[in-house]
Amino acid sequence: MSHNVALFITCLTDQFYPRVGIAVTKILERLGCRVSFPQKQTCCGQPFYNNGLPDEAAELAKRFIQIFEPYDYVVTPSGSCCAMVREHFAHVLGDDPAWRTGLERVRSRTYEFVEFLDRVLKFDTSKLALPQPTSVTFHYTCHSRGIGLTDEAVRMLRGMGNVDFRPLEKTDQCCGFGGTFAVKYPQISGAIVEDKASCIRSTGAAVTICNDAGCTMNISGACHRHGVNTQLKHIAELIAEAMGIGYEAW
Amino acid sequence: MRLETISQAEHGRDEQFLEQAHRSPYDFHKLSVKAAGDEKLKLAVSTATTRQWIGRQTRLKELPDADALRTLAGRIKQHTLDHLDYYLEQLRDAVTRAGGQIHFASTADDARRIILQIARDNASRICVKSKSMVSEEIELTPELERAGVEVWETDLGEFIVQVSGDKPSHIVQPIIHKDKASIARLFADYFKTDYTDDPQALTRQARVFLRDKFRRADLGITGGNFIVAETGHVCIVTNEGNGRLTTAMPKVLVSLVGMEKLVPRLEDLAVLLKLLARSSTGQSLTVYTSLFGGPRLAGEKDGPEQFHLVLLDNGRSEILASEYRETLRCIRCAACLNACPVYRKIGGHSYGSVYPGPIGALITPLFQGLGDYKDLPQASSLCGACYEACPVKIDIPRHLVNMRRDIHERRLSSPIDRMIYKTWARSLRSPLLYRWISRVQKWELRRRARRNGGWITRLPPPGGGWTDVRDMPAPAPKTFHDLWKQRRQEDQP
Repeated sequence: MSHNVALFITCLTDQFYPRVGIAVTKILERLGCRVSFPQKQTCCGQPFYNNGLPDEAAELAKRFIQIFEPYDYVVTPSGSCCAMVREHFAHVLGDDPAWRTGLERVRSRTYEFVEFLDRVLKFDTSKLALPQPTSVTFHYTCHSRGIGLTDEAVRMLRGMGNVDFRPLEKTDQCCGFGGTFAVKYPQISGAIVEDKASCIRSTGAAVTICNDAGCTMNISGACHRHGVNTQLKHIAELIAEAMGIGYEAW
Repeated sequence: MRLETISQAEHGRDEQFLEQAHRSPYDFHKLSVKAAGDEKLKLAVSTATTRQWIGRQTRLKELPDADALRTLAGRIKQHTLDHLDYYLEQLRDAVTRAGGQIHFASTADDARRIILQIARDNASRICVKSKSMVSEEIELTPELERAGVEVWETDLGEFIVQVSGDKPSHIVQPIIHKDKASIARLFADYFKTDYTDDPQALTRQARVFLRDKFRRADLGITGGNFIVAETGHVCIVTNEGNGRLTTAMPKVLVSLVGMEKLVPRLEDLAVLLKLLARSSTGQSLTVYTSLFGGPRLAGEKDGPEQFHLVLLDNGRSEILASEYRETLRCIRCAACLNACPVYRKIGGHSYGSVYPGPIGALITPLFQGLGDYKDLPQASSLCGACYEACPVKIDIPRHLVNMRRDIHERRLSSPIDRMIYKTWARSLRSPLLYRWISRVQKWELRRRARRNGGWITRLPPPGGGWTDVRDMPAPAPKTFHDLWKQRRQEDQP
């Protein structure tokens, strides 16, 4: 049975890491899904919800529902945007009866990429192997917690051949991104991400997996500033490499 | 008395007046920037909180279903808050029946006045205190001292805070910001003894000193972790036994407790005690769990001749009547502080009030007025670690977001900020505009990155906050939107 999947790319992945979108699309297609990309999509409204503008967020939530309602599944490479749809759309839309059905449909069909692989496709990485032996560590992004993910990604990474998995100290401590928080309170955010970069340095891992574009920008930016030599990647990139899928271009 | 308290809640207090009354030169930015740059402080706080956090995780796993227990604990507290009028009445009867006196204090001022009157009536001269955050909240000690009462903090951490003229920076470990050497120097100076940094020796010095105070004290003051409505018991949990001495030795005992600390029955206490120490210090139970209430009965060897329970409102009714009622579930375990990445970096003093950390970021603006404390709900990455940690499941991130909404609604944010957000949101409703803005942004950022090997090292405001502390990667040459269109076109024959 082929799943009819809509890709929700999210603003930051769209602009900074479009290769992650290619990797996600090609992996899902390889696994038998039919992937669509509704081109009217923009933003889920998370920045507005987080900054205390529920009305603005509600308008974007309604757009999102209209655009994504026709699909069997919505898959996104970002945990925080997924949490916005699943947890916070209800907070901004309230009991509005006009949107109740649409909201419920979209909420129950939206998945973060790892979650979709694990729960829906029952994807098993144990037959995969990276082309080269690689040391890999993993940052547990905060919104994984929000959507109920625990060790799924770590299991996938550990299962893959040629992965030398290095556990990250304080893996579940926030990286200090927090959207506008990073810009409004740079010294606090900077101290938090410096801690993250220093934990990554201690692992000595060549690749750091982080499944949320905002956190990736933050951690990679701090690693670059502090001279921590690691490459930030989304797990989709690593899985694509293990499946022999090129993702720099179609 | 009770009816008066509740009706005040319904009418609400004059918020503007309160904000004026509490106006202070509090500057979150200044304090937090200083703290975040203090390597010694960060190391002390980060190490202690991380250790507590690991302890919490380990201890919670001992329970067959910790999550279900947290849900139950949250429901018990919520139920009590939802029916607080009923339980307060029940408590009043129970305390009176046990021979104690119950006092309802609407404000901090009332509470201080009531306790001062008790001290005066009994000509109290030496007061021993066990740890109480509420007494810090109402700044009780200076008031008693002004009236000529000698007051001693008997919890070791609080004693250190007292003799160093400091303020607590953590709800459970008041001296989390101090290192061993500074305490050793303090004690050598204070007790006029040779310098030692052996924790046991230091503790012994404080113990010898405080034992003498206990022997001579005629007034005891405690806080309360819980109060049981059905029986009138006050419950305090301690690790040093000082709480038990405070309740057993002085002839007059006062327990000062926030009115949200009620639970209906002793059975409910069992649920909350299972979670409190585990969440807090990573212990299954604290060394001492003391339950008391009422004066010494005929035939009893110890206990006070008089027992007073002072229930503090001080803004709680107002919170109770608001959408933030749930925050009153808090049992002050400090698990949210220990879990919080922000607290770990800036410590407690940056929060500018008695209650720091995520829960403090909520209740401080509620108690003191949002105007002076509007940074607190904003200085959070909304990572959700606090919600995961909370033994009574207070949805702290959600309340922080709602408080950010209040900041806009009450026009406490800058009009330019609001305009930027609104324009930004509007642009995102148009796919065309979104694509156009992405393109301009990409062009500008890539231009800036060209000189630095694909990294942006300096941005003008408001992006400057980003590049002050880290670099920014350059956007990709093509957005996914563009790439997708390209693929479609290539697909067409």
